[in-house]
Amino acid sequence: MVKTLTEFDTIAAISTPIGEGGISIVRMSGEDAVKIANTVFKGANLLKVPTHTIHYGHIIDPALKQTIDEVMVSVMLAPKTFTREDIVEINCHGGIIVTNRILQLLLKQGARMAEAGEFTKRAFVNGRIDLTQAESVMDIVRAKTDRARQVAESQLEGGLLEKIRALRQQILDTLANVEVNIDYPEYDADTITAEQMISVSKSVVSKIDHLLATATEGTVLRNGLATAIIGQPNVGKSSLLNYLTKSDTAIVTDVAGTTRDTLEEYVSVKGVPLKLIDTAGIRDTDNKVEKIGVERSKQALAKADLVLLLFDASKSLSAEDYALIEATNKKKRIVILNKTDLEQKITSAEVKKITGSEVVAISVLQEKNIELLEEEIKKLFFKGIKNSNDQVMVTNQRQVSLLEKAKKQLQEVVESLENEIPVDIAQIDFNGAWDTLGEITGDSSPDELVNELFNQFCLGK
Amino acid sequence: MIKTYDTNDYDVIVVGAGHAGCEAALASAKMGQKTLLLTISLDMVAFMPCNPSVGGPAKGTVVREIDALGGQMGKSIDASYIQMRMLNTGKGPAVQALRAQADKWQYHEHMKNVIEATKNLTLRQATVDELIVEDGVCCGLVTNTGAKYHAKSVVLTTGTSARGRIYIGELNYSSGPNNTIPAIKLSENLEKLGFKLRRFKTGTPPRVNSNTIDYSKTEEEPGDQVPRHFSFESRDEDYLKEQVSCWMTYTNQTTHQIINENLTRSPMFSGQIKGVGPRYCPSIETKVVRFADRERHQIFLEPEGEKTEEVYVGDFSTSMPEEIQLKMLHSVAGLEHAEMMRPGYAIEYDVIDPWQLKHTLETKKIKNLYTAGQMNGTSGYEEAAGQGLIAGINAALRAAGKGDFTVGRDEAYIGVLIDDLVTKGTEEPYRLLTSRAEYRLILRHDNADLRLTEYGHQLGLISNERYSQFLTKKEHIKEAMQRLKAITIHPDEPVREFMESISEPPLKAGIKADVFLRRPRVKIEDIERLSGVSISNERYVREQLEINIKYAGYIKKEQQQIDRLHRQEAKKIPAGIDYQAIGGLATEARQKFEKIRPETIAQAERISGVNPADIAILSVYVQNGRYAKINK
Repeated sequence: MVKTLTEFDTIAAISTPIGEGGISIVRMSGEDAVKIANTVFKGANLLKVPTHTIHYGHIIDPALKQTIDEVMVSVMLAPKTFTREDIVEINCHGGIIVTNRILQLLLKQGARMAEAGEFTKRAFVNGRIDLTQAESVMDIVRAKTDRARQVAESQLEGGLLEKIRALRQQILDTLANVEVNIDYPEYDADTITAEQMISVSKSVVSKIDHLLATATEGTVLRNGLATAIIGQPNVGKSSLLNYLTKSDTAIVTDVAGTTRDTLEEYVSVKGVPLKLIDTAGIRDTDNKVEKIGVERSKQALAKADLVLLLFDASKSLSAEDYALIEATNKKKRIVILNKTDLEQKITSAEVKKITGSEVVAISVLQEKNIELLEEEIKKLFFKGIKNSNDQVMVTNQRQVSLLEKAKKQLQEVVESLENEIPVDIAQIDFNGAWDTLGEITGDSSPDELVNELFNQFCLGK
Repeated sequence: MIKTYDTNDYDVIVVGAGHAGCEAALASAKMGQKTLLLTISLDMVAFMPCNPSVGGPAKGTVVREIDALGGQMGKSIDASYIQMRMLNTGKGPAVQALRAQADKWQYHEHMKNVIEATKNLTLRQATVDELIVEDGVCCGLVTNTGAKYHAKSVVLTTGTSARGRIYIGELNYSSGPNNTIPAIKLSENLEKLGFKLRRFKTGTPPRVNSNTIDYSKTEEEPGDQVPRHFSFESRDEDYLKEQVSCWMTYTNQTTHQIINENLTRSPMFSGQIKGVGPRYCPSIETKVVRFADRERHQIFLEPEGEKTEEVYVGDFSTSMPEEIQLKMLHSVAGLEHAEMMRPGYAIEYDVIDPWQLKHTLETKKIKNLYTAGQMNGTSGYEEAAGQGLIAGINAALRAAGKGDFTVGRDEAYIGVLIDDLVTKGTEEPYRLLTSRAEYRLILRHDNADLRLTEYGHQLGLISNERYSQFLTKKEHIKEAMQRLKAITIHPDEPVREFMESISEPPLKAGIKADVFLRRPRVKIEDIERLSGVSISNERYVREQLEINIKYAGYIKKEQQQIDRLHRQEAKKIPAGIDYQAIGGLATEARQKFEKIRPETIAQAERISGVNPADIAILSVYVQNGRYAKINK
């Protein structure tokens, strides 16, 4: 069975290609679009503005009372819109992290992550698109949905799928037991108590938290890909860092860590959010005497998902360079041969032979070929996934938002039971969490529960 | 060859007078249609060939729904029960369920008397051999005695009679339920007409003589003191004070050993029975095999009536040879010396694959032909009666030239039942479970009248007198709610003391009484005491208030889901839609759509194996009829 088609709820998505262009648009469509936007917008009261108007203001995280971005918001009311529903578009200053955060905020406020092609689909279903376009649009709907599913499946490999299925099974066991208690009140099965359901809910919530924290893509999305720039003194680390952080698509958010050493900076490279580690160490060039590259780098390396390993093209590789190669062998790395503007002592081919990795030859000073480096970062990040346009983000955010939704439902179960709501009623949200997790794995089916009932319990009249 | 003869014409003919047939015939007759009810045996009218009970979780709600729609089951059980119990009283209001132990002969008699006394309704003993079908329209039938009846519509409710076959160990023979005559030719006729039939199996346990049971070794299960009824017309003062108890005992290792040693003699295991049995109602041998690690299984001893010593050995259904049944029984505590009066048996029978039906229970293949009850693949008296009522109503509407009547999944368990059947089909005898309903907090037993009486009245099945009582009750609920909302509870000394007594934090400021009532431990009587205002003297009114306020948040959640469902249901799929011509549908979806022919997008969504992309494509085609016409 298909989950009730959610055609009429409010959907949201980032509607501009990620990381390209200075301005990103987060688009929402549906009955509650204006209401939801209004809860995070500081400026005009969007509920009262006329249709097809644009408004200056700020996006605020209502929970943290924190300003996220300075934006322009367009309000377009049905029916004269692309989807023939109410549409709100938030034009933000680009940069994936801020855009993504705004999207997440809207999802938290009640919007649902749009499926691939869903805006187009609504436009069509609501009669906005011409009949002659019907066939091709349906092909798109079909193709996009299938591709989205493939992407979802491929991303779910590596255990996540199994983990979510295990969570569902844990919920299902309890659900089946609750149902038996209801449908066969005289049957001598153990009665599920509020305490047991609370304990199962809490256990699943903590596992969801764990998943939210460890799911690589999720972490990358929210925290950026932890990246270490490694190399000998004067190899050009700080120049590269400065280049990356001052590029106009960058969002620099200084997050002071526990020590000065762990100062991190966030940048967006071709839509890939990077969290640059130990930028203080790199910038701290006055304080010379450097404790020495390897020592210091090791600490950064430990935390890195991605290593940018720099060599000086005008020098032969030193013992320290070899030590760095050795230390980063097991990491995802990009080897960079900098200072190609000077007379070269070593070539890309030689370095490639030594490291076994692809080598990007650049000159930060002349800003030459840095584009290639950015492409390489993007390629590495989206590796294994075709069409790196918006689907990776979609699927990721979809997972994150569904996990968060399931978590919220389970928290409501706990809250209700603590308020003495009967188990069979609190179960409405418990059931909801099970469905929500099923949306991630694509396993939702009401017959599952009935089957479980008869597999687990020996019932009869 | 029997020579046929023409006899009277009727508006509606109902075949079979079990729980489905009786409701169908009564509804049709009460709606003013000249109705004929045919049964193989007049002694089997509304008979309970299996357990002597009515109601329970989900099923009890169905009985109340039948009652609210103007059906008979609730009234007949209220007139013939020997024990009444509310189940799940420790749980929430959505899953509480009324169940009655019936005096099965009294129930049969009561129903038969009602039918005999009903205007427009003729009850006659006859076996139907074939249907008269002209141009795809059913317009009558022929009995085995040669009588040809013409009618505007026909309802079939063959139960387990259609090519029924009873199994007791190595013995098996052609038979309907309880050793009645089976219906053989009708099945052959249905197959010839192009219907797909399949074999299902069910069973019943042995009956023993009450005088030979040692009840001291069993546990007593008495009825309730608090008066409750199925029918909204029954009165508290008529509640039965002297009730009969049921008794509980258990199987043990010896019982299981006897079963295991003789499995080869059970037709269930020897492979003789090919029919699919219900998982929720397995035979005792199935339980012992499938749940080998369980040390014991419960057995309920249920009296079959007041004027009989026959006792139904519940949860002990078996098709073992008689000799083994005796040994099994005698191994059970309390039944050591029990005399078996009837052996248990398994019965195989024909059912019609229910995806061949519409929501009205009319067949898709033959117009004006309806089927209901166990022959549609269900199990249970209540499930049968619910379907019978809907089929009878629609057959009568059709005969009168009026439009169809259906109830939705959000309106009644009957709606859930029928939609499941016609949308998903069933692979085993189908039993209603509360978990099959998406909106069970809305489909409660206590509000069945509020949900459905209006329909019953519109159909002409609810009397004006009862309807005006219903309107009064609704009005009283409204007024009581207004009274409640007008009260403010102030944080004064008595309130402070009360809050302390129920271990709730003290009030900081005055609050409205309806908000106050949301607190789990606050009852309406507390509000009446603290405010000095009487809210209502009627217990059913107070009940509605309390449920609607305490669970308002959850009710709202389900209501939102229902609103969404309605929007999807509003998207009707044209009956003649050509699925072959819709580009982009997945093959599996196309096949399912062609087989089931969903009536709305909402129904299409519930078909298993259909994914959201197929639904999107389909909804595009049917939207506003604009894209329903197909190019190429």
